[in-house]
Amino acid sequence: MKRFAVQDHELVPEHILLTPEEAQQVLEQYGVEARYLPKIHVTDPVAEEIGAKVGDIIKIKRKSPTAKESIFYRLVID
Amino acid sequence: MTVPKRIGKIRFGLISPQEFRKMSVVKVITADTYDDDGFPIEMGLMDPRLGVIDPGLRCRTCGGRPGECPGHFGHIDLVAPVIHVGFAKLIRKVLRAVCRECSKLMLSDLEKKEFLRQIRTLEELGQPTEDVVNKVFAEARKHKVCPYCGAPQGEIKFERPLSYIEDGHKLTPSDIRDRFERISDEDIMVMGMNPETARPEWTILTVLPVPPVTMRPSITLESGQRSEDDLTHKLVDIIRINQRFQENREAGAPQLIIEDLWELLQYHVTTFLDNTVSGVPPARHRSGRPLKTLSQRLKGKEGRFRGSLSGKRVNFSARTVISPDPNLSINEVGVPLEVAKELTVPIMVNPRNIEVVRKYVMRGPDNHPGVNYVTRSDGRRVKITERNCQEVAQQLEFGWKVDRQLADGDIVLFNRQPSLHRMSIMAHRVKVMPYKTFRLNPAVCPPYNADFDGDEMNLHVPQTEEARAEAEILMRVQENILSPRFGGPIIGGIHDYVTGSFLLTHKERRLDREKLMEVIKKLDITDIPEPAGYDENGDPYWTGKQIFSLILPKDLNLTFKADFCSNCPVCKGEDCENDAYVVIRDGVLLRGTIDAEAVGAFKGKVTDRIIKEYDPGVASQFLDRMTLLALRGIMLAGFSFGISDEDVPKEAAEQIHDVTRSAKESVQKLIEAYRAGELEPLPGRTLEETLEMRIMQTLGKARDSAGQIAGRYLGLDNSGVVMAVSGARGSMLNLTQMAACVGQQSVRGERIKRGYTDRTLPHFKRGDLGAEAHGFVESSYKKGLSPTEFFFHAIGGREGLVDTAIRTSQSGYLQRRLVNALQDLEVNYDGTVRETRGMIVQFKYGEDGVDPSRRDYASPDNVHRIIRKVLAGENA
Repeated sequence: MKRFAVQDHELVPEHILLTPEEAQQVLEQYGVEARYLPKIHVTDPVAEEIGAKVGDIIKIKRKSPTAKESIFYRLVID
Repeated sequence: MTVPKRIGKIRFGLISPQEFRKMSVVKVITADTYDDDGFPIEMGLMDPRLGVIDPGLRCRTCGGRPGECPGHFGHIDLVAPVIHVGFAKLIRKVLRAVCRECSKLMLSDLEKKEFLRQIRTLEELGQPTEDVVNKVFAEARKHKVCPYCGAPQGEIKFERPLSYIEDGHKLTPSDIRDRFERISDEDIMVMGMNPETARPEWTILTVLPVPPVTMRPSITLESGQRSEDDLTHKLVDIIRINQRFQENREAGAPQLIIEDLWELLQYHVTTFLDNTVSGVPPARHRSGRPLKTLSQRLKGKEGRFRGSLSGKRVNFSARTVISPDPNLSINEVGVPLEVAKELTVPIMVNPRNIEVVRKYVMRGPDNHPGVNYVTRSDGRRVKITERNCQEVAQQLEFGWKVDRQLADGDIVLFNRQPSLHRMSIMAHRVKVMPYKTFRLNPAVCPPYNADFDGDEMNLHVPQTEEARAEAEILMRVQENILSPRFGGPIIGGIHDYVTGSFLLTHKERRLDREKLMEVIKKLDITDIPEPAGYDENGDPYWTGKQIFSLILPKDLNLTFKADFCSNCPVCKGEDCENDAYVVIRDGVLLRGTIDAEAVGAFKGKVTDRIIKEYDPGVASQFLDRMTLLALRGIMLAGFSFGISDEDVPKEAAEQIHDVTRSAKESVQKLIEAYRAGELEPLPGRTLEETLEMRIMQTLGKARDSAGQIAGRYLGLDNSGVVMAVSGARGSMLNLTQMAACVGQQSVRGERIKRGYTDRTLPHFKRGDLGAEAHGFVESSYKKGLSPTEFFFHAIGGREGLVDTAIRTSQSGYLQRRLVNALQDLEVNYDGTVRETRGMIVQFKYGEDGVDPSRRDYASPDNVHRIIRKVLAGENA
């Protein structure tokens, strides 16, 4: 079977795995613990693709009709 | 007095039999309620220890009087255990998951550990554990043999409502309870339960709590007969059967009788908890009415949650029919005198206001604005009457509370259901008026979606300083002119206001001094501008545009296309010959006509500009003046619409007839081409579909050109055209249908096909595909419809009605679900949207953090305006 990258599809927004420092910065920016963020499963195709592990934070850049680009963060859970 | 307590935590679980006994104040053993003298029987269902309802008595448990004593639970010891209906499904799941011999959860230790870990993490994250728990049950069920003791597992069949059958034998509640009791705490945790607060065997009742009498009071009828609450009736049944069961068992009755009684006890306990279980006949009153038992008290719209806790009836409110009054400000509401005398505003007496308040008190209750009640410092309430008002007024002291009747200027909340958006409840200032309806300015109809065909509205009087301040700052009508839905004004001119502004400002309407005075006499305007010119007699005249400019702020600049702009291929801008290009410079209407696009609700470019350039106060003043001016404008011109306005000249009628006839002929040609097989199918369509589409197209065109012909003969001297063109009401299509041709009737976007075999009505030949046979209405409403046309029109009209009926119910339910899901979300100061636990839902509100009503919604025009403003500033 031919393998393909999920992120290559135009409807899948860009997912970026944050380094621990970046993640810490995000948490400080919003003044929350990681568990207050929205979640994403490790088994999610995109999460698997970028090699996320449980406890990581993923940054998602979505296209938005009103704001051009909107940033979203998700905590990886299992 | 009970001490107020603060709730720190709520935990849901099951109550154990021990706990039931611990909280019970009396063991109920007799089914009787009152003795012959009317006194409650001890250890009966009305035992005085269960609480008091009779005035004058004191509770035997807590010593409280009725109203103070919350009531206390008792209990009934059930002779044999019974299943709690609410847990029937859970019992089934647990039964299938545990071994029939050793009661162990049939999963390997490794699996248990893994599942437990998953449940723990989910709990920590505050997420539902339901999915994992369901997986536990599904996995455990797969085992045919117990992995621990090796006992083979029989299949457990569940028969609605409450039987569990294992290997052809019915399991008794006792059997089930025995199995559940042996389940270890660890296994219970893997099943998603907390063994300390919810053990599975507690789903099977051995003790039944008896609710306090305060929640099942008996009513004494006029005849002196006592009528018991439904719950009490049910409890009587339970106790009777319980007793009979015990007697029979002690007497050693045959197994068959015991089983029957057990079943009966199960039935009564089941219906006591829920009287609408499918498969269980509902318990009925002697009259045949089904009893209202515990779950019926909680469920549904009138239940405890939706009916008594989320929403309840309130004091300080009024409801009556609404009617229009254009002389009121949009911020005002007309309140009938009778309502104003009943509703009150509390005033605390203090050194600053005591003399004023005294005057109010002296007026008594009948002399509006007077006072209905006075509450003294010690909490004693005195009703003010004509008799005692002078006396009480003299006694008045600081710290007393005086309930003053509603008077002009008080702030109240005004509401119309369904309250679908925040503009459904707005704060108005009271204007006390004669007669019996609430009056409001028709310009505020759009946010309430109100009309005056019998609509009723509610009015609420805020009772504290904080509530009044909040209402005034956040909820006043003028603060809600801009809708957060689309950022434009939702309040503005409708119907006559739009027509009036149009008639006043269209082209150059000349008014002499007398008419000018007539038009502006209701406005608070004292300076009149220089006359626009002098007529042949040398008398001065003014133009309608000049008069409208009087109500515009002095430095307003704005240009836009009016609603009746015909979208010419090349816009001539300021030289528009239709006067449809509006130019306002320095607060003067130079060109163009004021119509719906300028002041109408939902559009209102002028209103929008004013509110964004100045403030809501200026905008509301503008709307108030506009309402008065527009009505004077329409009265000056005179305006009416009658059947003769639908008349078209003879030659127009002939032309319309020609158009429809030739359309029908071309339809006939299409059909012939189709029959001859000469019709070319459109891509992706069958031949039949192509024919239908072509016919619809032809007939649609016919109606449009009929409308154009009619439109050519109906000019701006026709009031229907004025209304359609200015955006006040109706469209040119409506006029076309009235004056020229109603057009094709459709069901689901197709021509009408239903009816008899191969034809719609017996008036036509079988297989007739012609225009008339499938719902084309050639006549106009004015001319009248032929019988077949009338029938097709009714078919088309009915579809519209059905659609609206379905849409309202569906969107109502959708609204409810959305509101329930979103009601506790909150936008924080950092722009994030969070729910009550602090979980982030959006990192920036609406992705862009923008409030639509605070952003400018009138496109590139803004750039030009800003440039002009800056240039003007430099020149000055």
